[in-house]
Amino acid sequence: MRAKTVDRIATAVIVCVAGFIILLLAALLGYLLVRGLGHISFDFLTSAPQALKAGGGIGPQLFNSVFLLVLTMIITVPLGIGAGIYMSEYAKDNKLTAFIRLIVEVLSSFPSIVIGLFGLLVIVNTFGFGYSLLSGALALTIFNLPMMVRLTEQSLRSVPKEQKEAGLALGLSRWKTITSVMIPVALPSIVTGSILAAGRVFGEAAALLFTAGMSSPRLDFSNWNPLSPTSPLNPMRPAETLAVHIWKINSEGLAPDAPEIAAGASAVLVIMVLLFNLGARWLGRVVYRKLTASK
Amino acid sequence: MKMKKTLLTTLALAFAFSLAACGNNNNNSNSGSSSSPSASPSASASASAPAETVSGSVIAVGSSAMQGLAQAVADDFMAQDAYKDVSVTVQAGGSGTGLSQVSDGQADIGNSDIFAEEKLEADKAAELVDHKIAVVAMAAVTHKDVGVDNLTKQQLVDIFTGKITNWKDVGGADQKIVIVNRPSSSGTRATFEKFALGTTTEDLQGSIQEDSSGTVKKLVNETPGAIGYLALSYLDDSIVALKYEGVEPTTENVATNAYPVWAYEHMYTKGEPTPAAKAYIDYVMSDEIQNGFVIEEGFVPVSAMKVERDAAGNVTNK
Amino acid sequence: MNLPAPNSREDLATKPNKFRKHVMEELRGKAFVYFCVLLLVITIFSIVYFIASRGLTPFLSQGVSIKDMLFGLKWKPEGNPPLFGALPFLFGSFATSILAAVIAAPLGFCAAVFMTEIMPKFGKSALQPAIELLAGIPSVVYGFVGLSVVVPFYRDTFPGQGIGIMAGATVLSIMILPTVTTIATDALRSLPNGLKEGSYALGATRWQTIYRMILPTALPSLLTGVVLGIARAFGEALAVQMVIGNAPHIPHSLFESATTLTSIITQSMGNTTSGSLHNNALWSLALILLLMTFLFVFIVRVLERRVKR
Repeated sequence: MRAKTVDRIATAVIVCVAGFIILLLAALLGYLLVRGLGHISFDFLTSAPQALKAGGGIGPQLFNSVFLLVLTMIITVPLGIGAGIYMSEYAKDNKLTAFIRLIVEVLSSFPSIVIGLFGLLVIVNTFGFGYSLLSGALALTIFNLPMMVRLTEQSLRSVPKEQKEAGLALGLSRWKTITSVMIPVALPSIVTGSILAAGRVFGEAAALLFTAGMSSPRLDFSNWNPLSPTSPLNPMRPAETLAVHIWKINSEGLAPDAPEIAAGASAVLVIMVLLFNLGARWLGRVVYRKLTASK
Repeated sequence: MKMKKTLLTTLALAFAFSLAACGNNNNNSNSGSSSSPSASPSASASASAPAETVSGSVIAVGSSAMQGLAQAVADDFMAQDAYKDVSVTVQAGGSGTGLSQVSDGQADIGNSDIFAEEKLEADKAAELVDHKIAVVAMAAVTHKDVGVDNLTKQQLVDIFTGKITNWKDVGGADQKIVIVNRPSSSGTRATFEKFALGTTTEDLQGSIQEDSSGTVKKLVNETPGAIGYLALSYLDDSIVALKYEGVEPTTENVATNAYPVWAYEHMYTKGEPTPAAKAYIDYVMSDEIQNGFVIEEGFVPVSAMKVERDAAGNVTNK
Repeated sequence: MNLPAPNSREDLATKPNKFRKHVMEELRGKAFVYFCVLLLVITIFSIVYFIASRGLTPFLSQGVSIKDMLFGLKWKPEGNPPLFGALPFLFGSFATSILAAVIAAPLGFCAAVFMTEIMPKFGKSALQPAIELLAGIPSVVYGFVGLSVVVPFYRDTFPGQGIGIMAGATVLSIMILPTVTTIATDALRSLPNGLKEGSYALGATRWQTIYRMILPTALPSLLTGVVLGIARAFGEALAVQMVIGNAPHIPHSLFESATTLTSIITQSMGNTTSGSLHNNALWSLALILLLMTFLFVFIVRVLERRVKR
């Protein structure tokens, strides 16, 4: 009898905690959205920020966030897949491999501020890239690379052995087997995972403060020449992302509507993260269906 | 996927280049049709602009307090026809970063809240050329319910060194004092300590240190019994700005040094500035900007100052 | 990306040619993957090298002793003589991250039990997405919410100004909840079914099974999650800085201004000039952060070894 009472109480406590977590998230999202949604309009999403006057938007920041994400993925994906292939297919089971595994693990747990400082010291100053999108993308690559490596390794390992052996038996080289047999099979989980990893780029601020900078120069959205300093596509220009913008507005904002802008930008950021999460899953399913149907 | 992306990028590139080429053609035909074919099209557009066009890029890094002003001026500067080939990038990152980067040659202009002599080694500071572009004044601010509107220098020193811990000791409400300070590396704090307190202070147990003016303002506004200090541009009704020794923190009082808690905002260049950087700094110093953006952003124009102060803090009448 | 090339055409090629092609292909592929791995290795070594080269300068050539930094109580970098006692920062970092783990661990464990033992279906469809979303919310947003909600709440409820270790730990605990929960859930799911069934067969209630069988067996994995959570909390910068107050002292209470390694770095790095003693001392703090990362990874490894056994 007593054991049953204890069991009931424990179950009730656990259910309550689970409910509390869901409530917490609902409250958090509700708070952010209620405070922010009222401020979001098409104009807010597209116009440039104002230093002093009310009515500034987050257009360039939004663009910067997306562009930085694309740049980061362009650098991260090939490198991550390459190292992942090594870990799952080429690495021998020896000390060196264990060491590389350790490196990936350590790299993935470095605090973002340490990466940011390293970026400031080496990428911004020593390489002379300055505060720029490229510096930011390189710093974020350091973050996302370990995730990408682990992800590729796991996805490749989960490919059925028979498929790999069939490729080798056909007389394909190991490399060819990997790229044309195994990667397509592993692609859905790689795509889902890399989008989820990319989502972190949106939220990252500490590392970007020191690398991509806190200013957004005037952008001329009719100028698509990547070499021109006012072009949105120029990777060498400093760029403030949405997360950094929220940080800056909270700290130095002089505009009279700074709190509303911060709330609005936070809401936009959270919505983007939500969309990214959902999009990643959806895309993963689509890729999976396409690949399994066509083969 | 990747191939598609590369293709898109290439297309975009090609498109951009062809657009740029078209733009050039247009410009050429315009200048051809104007009266003097030798003059560049931009020079003829604006009467006040210098005869030759300046081009190049300027990177200004440093003080976050100056970033708003420097960015606003830069946007305006680049919108001028005469300077449309100049690109000015303004970057916050702190006065220290600005001074290091201009000293190491990574930035063309180092924005700083304080004299380079106070941060850099003497030989490095000597290489830098100082351009004082504005004056920033600071006021001690308190939470609304404190009930004090004036503090003497000695009272401020006692508060910030922890000798006075209750507002009733300086004639206010019976409430514990909460100090909202800046980190010890901050230029704002250095200015406040030098000219308001006349002494350096330690970070007290339980005091709050915030680097950003926005957070200081928010905390002073919300925390009962809080005292902090802010640049004049951040003052509004949510907090109470205190008089210092009975003098109100106004532009007029700062100009005569009757209100002594102020400092220059500096733009440092290494040696003489590049033509593009010079054009930008000259533009910042122009009357339009000094009486426009500088005042709008809550700074005091250098030209309005009736006194001058050197790095050691000696004040002379102009 | 790389679509399989039609093989029929290759059959026409002569054998040695095909062989050479394969060897070249293999070599190129190998070169690429080795390059990627080399890059990883170079990156980590250069991070350690560059941060150590700055961070060790105060000890090697600027006359600061390591002992003073690790155990000193006074941080007066601009003082005369300058003092670099980082113990308050270390204390703050450990206190906030461990307290955050103390809050998050039971919550995460309950959530994991809920998802695996009590209502797997509802857990998977509602709780798990909720927790994954928590992981996706950016840290500046947490800081923003912390400053607008958590700090005022503590200010009104407890004596003090609301900021401090408790506020920092509260914000961090929500941030690390996903890490703790995900790892705990994985651990509970991977337990052999026989363990549970045996326990139920003996007439044990669900709670007895959880408490007596599942918890002890999964403990090393649960601890791994907690340590990873602490590691994340230890390195978090912006959210903590906004709510902790940043006074370089060991606080007398949880509601008094304190500071962490990361927040002092973010606050002062930009204000100091590179090469100055103050600036280098901040790099030393970054070096301490780096070494702590190694320590956390080491602890996780030890725990994982126990799981395997």
